[in-house]
Parts: sequence; C-alpha cells; structure tokens
Amino acid sequence: MIPELGNFALILALCLAVVLATVPMIGSLNNTPGWVALARPAALGQFTFLLISFACLVNAFLVNDFSVLYVAQHGNTQLPLIYKISAVWGAHEGSLLLWALILGTWTVAVSLFSRKLPAEVLARVLSVMGMVSIGFLCFMLFTSNPFERIYPAPLEGGDLNPLLQDFGLAIHPPMLYMGYVGLSVAFSFAIAALIGGKLDAAWARWSRPWTLIAWVFLTIGITLGSWWAYYELGWGGWWFWDPVENASFMPWLVATALIHSLAVTEKRGAFKRWTVLLALLAFSLSLLGTFLVRSGVLTSVHSFAADPARGLFILVFLCIVIGGSLMLYAWRAPDVSSGGKFDMFCRETLLLGNNVLLVVITAFILLGTLAPLIYEAMGWGKISVGFPWFTAMFVIFTPFLVILMGMGPLARWKKQHPGDLARQLRMALLVSIGGGVLLALPLFHGGSIWVGLAVALSLWIVSSLVLSLRQRFRYRKGLAGILKDFGARGSGSYYGMVIAHLGVAFFIIGVTLVTQFDVEQDIRMSPGQTVELAGHTFRFEGARAVKGPNYRADQGTIRVFNQDGQEVAILRPEKRTYTVQTRPMTEAGIDAGFMRDIYVSLGETLGNGDWSLRLYYKPFVRWIWLGGLLIGLGGLLAAVDRRYRMATERKTVATPSATEQLATGSRSG
Amino acid sequence: MTRYLRYLVPLAIFFILVAFLYRGLSLDPKRVPSPLVGKPMPEFTLPRLKDPAATLSDSDLRGKVSVLNIWATWCVSCRAEHSVLLQLARESTVDIYGLNYKDERTPALQWLQQLGDPYVANAFDADGRTGIDWGVYGAPETFIMDKQGIVRHKHIGPLSVDDLNNTILPLIAELQATP
Repeated sequence: MIPELGNFALILALCLAVVLATVPMIGSLNNTPGWVALARPAALGQFTFLLISFACLVNAFLVNDFSVLYVAQHGNTQLPLIYKISAVWGAHEGSLLLWALILGTWTVAVSLFSRKLPAEVLARVLSVMGMVSIGFLCFMLFTSNPFERIYPAPLEGGDLNPLLQDFGLAIHPPMLYMGYVGLSVAFSFAIAALIGGKLDAAWARWSRPWTLIAWVFLTIGITLGSWWAYYELGWGGWWFWDPVENASFMPWLVATALIHSLAVTEKRGAFKRWTVLLALLAFSLSLLGTFLVRSGVLTSVHSFAADPARGLFILVFLCIVIGGSLMLYAWRAPDVSSGGKFDMFCRETLLLGNNVLLVVITAFILLGTLAPLIYEAMGWGKISVGFPWFTAMFVIFTPFLVILMGMGPLARWKKQHPGDLARQLRMALLVSIGGGVLLALPLFHGGSIWVGLAVALSLWIVSSLVLSLRQRFRYRKGLAGILKDFGARGSGSYYGMVIAHLGVAFFIIGVTLVTQFDVEQDIRMSPGQTVELAGHTFRFEGARAVKGPNYRADQGTIRVFNQDGQEVAILRPEKRTYTVQTRPMTEAGIDAGFMRDIYVSLGETLGNGDWSLRLYYKPFVRWIWLGGLLIGLGGLLAAVDRRYRMATERKTVATPSATEQLATGSRSG
Repeated sequence: MTRYLRYLVPLAIFFILVAFLYRGLSLDPKRVPSPLVGKPMPEFTLPRLKDPAATLSDSDLRGKVSVLNIWATWCVSCRAEHSVLLQLARESTVDIYGLNYKDERTPALQWLQQLGDPYVANAFDADGRTGIDWGVYGAPETFIMDKQGIVRHKHIGPLSVDDLNNTILPLIAELQATP
C-alpha cells in the first residue's frame, strides 16, 4: 500500500511540475498576475509530493518490503540502519528520485528566498525549473520506476553493493546531486533573463549566491568522492579520470568559470553574453554527466545498469533542454548590449583569461572522456584515454591559470597599468621563484623540477594573497578596523576568495608531492616479519578472522615504528566478504597525518599465516582534500556575503524600473 | 548575418556531440573484438579435469564443429550460464569442451556433479596460461570453431537462451552443414 502511495505522489508531483512549467510562464508572457502567482504554490506542492514519495521509498527499505523490486535488489534485512537509508540512492531508480527531490528542494528554496525578485522573473525561473523536473519525473515514471512491484516477493534482498556500504559514500551522492541540480538554478535564471531579453547586473547579483552555493556542494561532493575512493578502493589512488568522475569535474570547472564571470557581470556589467553561456553550459554538462552514467555508452566503474531505452530517453531530454536553451541563446544573445568598457589589461581581461583556460580544460576533458566513443563511432577502432593525456593537460594549463590567479585580486577593474601591477607583485615573484628553485635543487628528496614548479606556483598564490590582504588592511585602522572589516559588505566574497585560492595552493602542493614522492611496496609477509619503507618499520603481527554485522573479514595487524623505534601506529586493514554479495572488499588501514599518510591494505592469504600486503607511504596526500575543503569554505563565505541580502533589498526599493524592465523586457526585446 | 552566426556555434557543437552520443547508444563499449576470430585456434595440451593423468589438447577439438566454454566455480555468471549450456548439449549434436579456468579440482568436480555436465571433456587450466593464449579476460567466455579448427565466433559473458537460439545454434547448424 505505502509503495503505491509513493508512486501516486510521484505522479501528482509530475502533474504539479507540468502546471509549474506552463501556467506561470504563460502568465508572465501575457501579463496575467493570477497565473504568475501560481508559481510559488505549485513549487511548494511539487516539493511536498516528492518528499512524500521519497519517504515512502525510505520506508520500504526500513521495513524490508521486498515486494518492491528496487528494495528486493538493493535492500537486505541485515543492513545496518544507515545503509538501509543510503541504499535508497544506491542504484539507478532511487538515485533519480533523490535527484528529483533535490530539484524540488532547490525550486522551493528559490521561491522562498527570492521574495525580493519581481514576480514575473521569479515565475519564469520557477517555470524553467519545473520543465527540467518534468523531464526527470517522466524518465522515472516511464523507464525507471522505483516503486515497481515483483510477485512473488523474495524472502531476502540482494543487498547493497558492499562498495557503497560506507559512510563517505552514503553522503557523497546527495552532496554531488545538490551541486549538479543546484546549477539548474543558475541555468533557470539565465533562461529567464534571455526570455526577458535583459541581462544586467541585477540578474548577475540574483544568480550569484545560488551559483556559489551549488558550486560549494559540488566542490565538497567531489572532494568527498575522491577521499572515499582513496580509503575504500584499497590502492591509495584518489582520482582515476573515470568518465563518471570527469562528468562531475566538467560542470565544476565551468561553474568555477561562471562564478568568476558573474562577478565581472555584477560589478562591471561586462561579459554578459559569455556569463549567460557559461550558466547554460554548466547545467548542460551536469545533464550530460547523467546521460554518460546511466546510458551505458561508456564503460566506467560507476556505471549504473545500462539500458538503451533509458539512454535514448535522456538523449532526447538533453536535446530539448540543452538544444532548446542554446537555440534561445543564439536568438537572444546578439541583442544583449556588450556592457562596461575596459582596457586591454585590467582585472576583467585577467578574469576572462582564467575563464577561457577553464573552458579549454573542460573541452579537453570532454574530448578525452568521449574519445573512446568517437573512435568507435567513426570506425577507427578502440582507444583508451587515461592518466597521461589528462595529466599532461593539467601540467600544461595549470601554471597559466595560477599565474592569472595571483594577478587577478591585485589588478584594478577597467584600467590597469602593467608596470604598476608588476611593481606590486615583484615581492611575490621573487618569493615564488626563489622558493621554487630552492626546492627543485637536489637538497630535498633528491630534487624534482615538478616539485619546484608546484612550490613556486603555490608560493605565488599565497604571496600575492598576502600582498592583496596588506593592500586591503592599509585603509583599515589597526586591529579593530580589520576585525570590523570582516563583517562589512563585500567582505564575504573577498575573504572567501582568499580562502578558496589558498585551497588551490594546498591542492597543488598535495597533488604534486604525493605523485612525486609516494612510495609503495607489494610484499609477502609472515607473522612477526618486519619491512622498511620510507623511514618506517612495518611489523606484520598476523591476521585473524572477525565478524561484522553483515560480513566476515580477515583483519591484519601491522605495527608501524619510526626511525627511533617508537611505535607510530597500529593499523588494522581488513579483507571483507559480505554475506549476500560475496565480492571481496578491502578496507585499508590508514594512519592519517598532516604531512603524510601511512596506508596498508591486505591482499591475499598465502597459507601458513602469510599474507600479501600492500604498503604505501603518501606524503602530503591530505592536502588534496584540505585544499578541496578550503575551496568549498571560501565559496560558502562568498555566498553568505551580506551584500546580496542588502543589495537586493535596496535595488527593488530604489529602482523598481530597472527590475520591471527585466520582467517585461520580453516585449521590448 | 555573421553577427548572428557566431552565436550558433555552441548549438552546432552540441548537435555534433548528440550525433556521437546517439551512435554510442547502439554500440557496446564492453565489446572487445577478438583477434582470434577467423584464425586457427591456439594450440594447448592440458590435464583433463576428471582424469588428471589424461590430457586434452586442441587436436581433440579438430575435424568437427566444436565449442569451447571457459568457466570456473568462482564465477557467479558461469552458474547462471550453466543451464543454457545443458540446453545446448541437449539440442545440438555439437561437442562442448570446457576450459576450467584458474580453478580448483575438487569444487569443479562437485559443480559438475550437482549442476549436470554438458561437457564432452574438460581441460584443467589451473594457472590460466592457456586462457591467456585464448585471450580470456574473464569467465565465462565461449568460442565456436569450425571443422578446420578456425575460430568462428567468440561470446563474452554468460550465454542467454536468446543468444543460444538467435546466434549459437544457427551458427553451429551452418558450420556443421559446410564440409
């Protein structure tokens, strides 16, 4: 009964999405306030029914209702409570429901927190989100219904994939989806503005905080995914350039370009067409990611069960959403005024440079991801694109990106004398080149040119940030003045920028040091045997059988000592066999540290208590995720900047004409 | 006019992309064409599963249409496939040989006893060397050879009843009809 309620709620949500997608939009075009006013209640209704539907599916997992096919496939009575809940989004159908619920949540959030927006604009934004929602709800109801029943119901469920029975992966998909779907807000704002025919600073100011929040979720989601892969897959990798990872990384890159470009549009009124295109692209790429994951056109470790019918459905949906929006763009963009004038060299051009680089990197990743498909479609045979391609691309483009990143915050808007900027930055240049050269010398770990480059780039970011902070504090009197500045308007975005850029510096150091200096060893060890690795002594104490709630495991014990013979850590890596899905799983033993991780994973038993073990020493690997978290934190600070709340209030009160124009511009444009 | 064309570029790129994605839907990324198809089968001599003293070699498979099925007891899809192999043995006169791949003898013999034995004989490939010669990268895989010992077909993954009726049985009948 309850699953039927869930299905019914899903159908009602679809009906409300259809109302939301049509009525307010039409009302906004022919000026019918009653129709426009329907946007908010429709959004709220859709959300409510999605929530009911989602709750029904959660309930089906909690009560082990194996008459529901999806629960029978992915649930199990032995699953711990938290994984019964996370199993809801552990596979295709349920994760789509989560997608739809999150989209509903964003829609309601926009309707609640944008009360200052002119009603027509809000109606259009919500309508566009409703259109996206229709696509996903139809997809679910017609090809992937999570409430489908089976008869006779099995006695026990097929269990959640053991890989997903982990806390990191329980929260990784919701975070990532919050990011993907959050980009639909920026997308809808862009479409609404294109329909209205007026893209201006107000539009940028409205969509900026939403874009930032979505971007923060995406950042955290990707960081979590990388961290999870590191400790769960058992071979110490943190990024694989897998199609699905790329599918999350591409929208992130474009969204990164978008938040920078939005800043220019908001502050200077420039780059409007470019910004709107980025807003369309960011969400388009997250939809494309969905297609790649769920259609089975590419092989990936993350692939959901592939089904050509589903693939075709999403492809048609992509054509309508992306094709339609780009068509609208081609039609409306030429009439958008080009906005603020600026010189050849100024903060605008530096930001444009970073934008172009980010988009070029995205294009290369897209090409690398789709290369196997393109090759086969053209009949050129098989190809596999892996680490060398992607790594080379990053090594080539990142330095330019970082150089611009250092210059951007110090450069002036509109007009910047290159000589002045060079004078300001000469200390930063000296520090970074000096530091880089020093570390490239053979004094440190035998010297590595790559480490020198990474250190130089990171120092460049940090020292230019210090210079920028000094410049900012010069006009604030004393410590009190500086503290007061933290709460001022516009401070959130500034300090957010500082923290996020600092995160990039951490990230670069982490990535480079761990790729250059990590040490690993595959070894057969008998109980009591010791082995030396990277200045540490590892002693294998043997393995014993342990029992978990729904698995059995062999658990090894490894004691790690430093050079002075002091014990640093006791690691207990496990080799688990889950009761239902008997695939063996590794659970690495990790001693985490700020400067290094020690990582041990248990291989195969070789008889007589001997085991094959993999030992890793990973310097600075934490800095990768620390960088990711700092980047996310920076974005969060920027998103909660007081300016957005105050500015929107002032704008609507002081210049109603400007916003009205945006709303009614469809007829004049 | 050129002013407007510029703004069509993203749309044009998108449609090229869609063309590839559409094509991609009808391709199977997991399909790896076997270089063996159309070539003589690799030579091998291995101990038999049931009688370790006796051997099974490629010459046993020659001179008639034969099927070689790669399987193992650790392979879950092989269990799913097993009933299809039994059906093939019932419905066709073809000789099915097995390559017991990276497996242990005792559980393998138990498996045949419990699930039924569709094979004429099984080669026991404990270290998987012969599997490498055949380009095996996962069990189950199934090869069909003609009377001259040329590999005519390779099936990756478990055989389904549809595969059997639509591909395997017609091919065997055709090969058996040709001299």
